[in-house]
Amino acid sequence: MSYLEFLAEFGPRFVDGSVVTAMQTVLAAALAIAIAVAMGLMRLSRSVPVRWFATVYIEIFRGTSLLVQLYWIFFVLPLFGISLEKFTAGFVAVGMNLGAYGAELVRGAILSVPKGQWEAALALNMSPAKRMIRVIFPQAFLNMLPPWGNLLIELLKGTALVSLISVADLMFESKQINSTTFLSAQAFGTALVIYYVMSRFVITPFMRWLERVMARKMGRA
Amino acid sequence: MTKETLSDFPLELEGADVPMVRFSKVTKRYGDLTVLDSLDLDVAEGEMVTIIGPSGSGKTTVLRMLMTLETINEGVIYVDGKPLTHMPGNGGLVPADNRYLRKMRANIGMCFQHFNLFPHMTAIENCMEGPVHVLGLPKREARERSEELLEMVGMADKRDQHPSRLSGGQQQRVAIARALAMRPKVMLFDEVTSALDPEVIGEVTNVIRRLVAEHNLTMLMVTHQMGFAKDISDRVCFFFGGRIEEQGKPEDLFGNPQRERTQQFLSAVKEAS
Ligand SMILES: Nc1ncnc2c1ncn2[C@@H]1O[C@H](COP(=O)(O)OP(=O)(O)OP(=O)(O)O)[C@@H](O)[C@H]1O
Ligand SMILES: [Mg+2]
Repeated sequence: MSYLEFLAEFGPRFVDGSVVTAMQTVLAAALAIAIAVAMGLMRLSRSVPVRWFATVYIEIFRGTSLLVQLYWIFFVLPLFGISLEKFTAGFVAVGMNLGAYGAELVRGAILSVPKGQWEAALALNMSPAKRMIRVIFPQAFLNMLPPWGNLLIELLKGTALVSLISVADLMFESKQINSTTFLSAQAFGTALVIYYVMSRFVITPFMRWLERVMARKMGRA
Repeated sequence: MTKETLSDFPLELEGADVPMVRFSKVTKRYGDLTVLDSLDLDVAEGEMVTIIGPSGSGKTTVLRMLMTLETINEGVIYVDGKPLTHMPGNGGLVPADNRYLRKMRANIGMCFQHFNLFPHMTAIENCMEGPVHVLGLPKREARERSEELLEMVGMADKRDQHPSRLSGGQQQRVAIARALAMRPKVMLFDEVTSALDPEVIGEVTNVIRRLVAEHNLTMLMVTHQMGFAKDISDRVCFFFGGRIEEQGKPEDLFGNPQRERTQQFLSAVKEAS
């Protein structure tokens, strides 16, 4: 079977798998961003319990393996009465894991905003929330875009693990094709190329574009 | 911040000539280092007081405490007769809560040595930020007010530029407009020309001169420019070791300083320039 024939036969399944991978990536990214912002801010909170909660969260999710977390969420949580569908369990696990890494980016970016900006905002009598939302966060956001680009690529690659709980993503389809055809090089080679294209030709350019747009908006271009 | 109730300070200053600003036995420490040592200082309404003194003598600290950027260890600061970081309670004065602090902070505006403009906002957005998002003015009104002020500081034509496109002198003028847009009763200037190239210092000092001449603002200014201080101040305070070593009218303090430390400082400054 030539590679073209291979593609003609299995192309649609690669497409289906890629769509699922893309959906997993987008949903996990949205969750990761929300968690990262929340945990990053909580890490900077004045309240000790709040800070402590965020630290424990970050430690657990960064200190243990994503695969184990995924299995926990899919196989162990139901024992405590929380059952998630496999598709949901997949992006929730990836999002919660990468969100813990993102939290440190958020925290670092906020701390990197010069102290004078906080002081100027206070001198204008802004409330703590306004200071954060109007002055600090927009600047921190611009600072953290480049590392977020890397993190989102990690996240995309991380979604391959959801195949292990039978979410029919790109990796899952490739494995299925491999096990029925034994064309390992074609099956996993195609997957490899698609992952690469998604990260280098979709995520990276998107992040560059976002950086440019934000930099222009903030007068740094 | 003192946690206990202060009972030997008045809850409010009353009488005919309540100063706009009063430091009453104010002490500020960082660890073992006493930066302000039981400082007493009054500034009358509409008065321009300049603070001079050697590095580390506590000049910036005075302004930062007034702006509530630093906490107070002992004593009370009054602004317009009311305690700044304390409020009545428990039969005396207790540390103020956030609501009280925000009400009092509205009286004060500050300009910093390094401008601290918001880099993600244009000149006019910097000026409108406080009026819109703190005072709650309608955008149109805030814009008018900001345009007027930018006009006054000579920055109207650069209103839509981001700070990164402006020179230091221009940024500082925008920062002055931004502070004034909040209509404070007291303006604080901390070495606002120190970070500027010599040739643009005049742009900024001229704005301050105009403020002094045309407005009845109460101002406290820290500067190393003795000539400028001499020109525009109603009173000059020479700080040394967290205390006022000597103060007086500029012509007296510069022309005929009484204390030895003042004389030494002034002659050292003269030599350096
Ligand atoms: N956050 C801080 N922690 C510890 N020490 C501080 C802090 N801020 C200021 N100081 C110290 O307090 C003293 C007074 O500082 P301040 O900034 O008021 O001096 P200054 O008179 O403004 O000096 P300069 O002319 O150099 O600006 C200095 O010895 C300084 O090192
Ligand atoms: Mg200083």
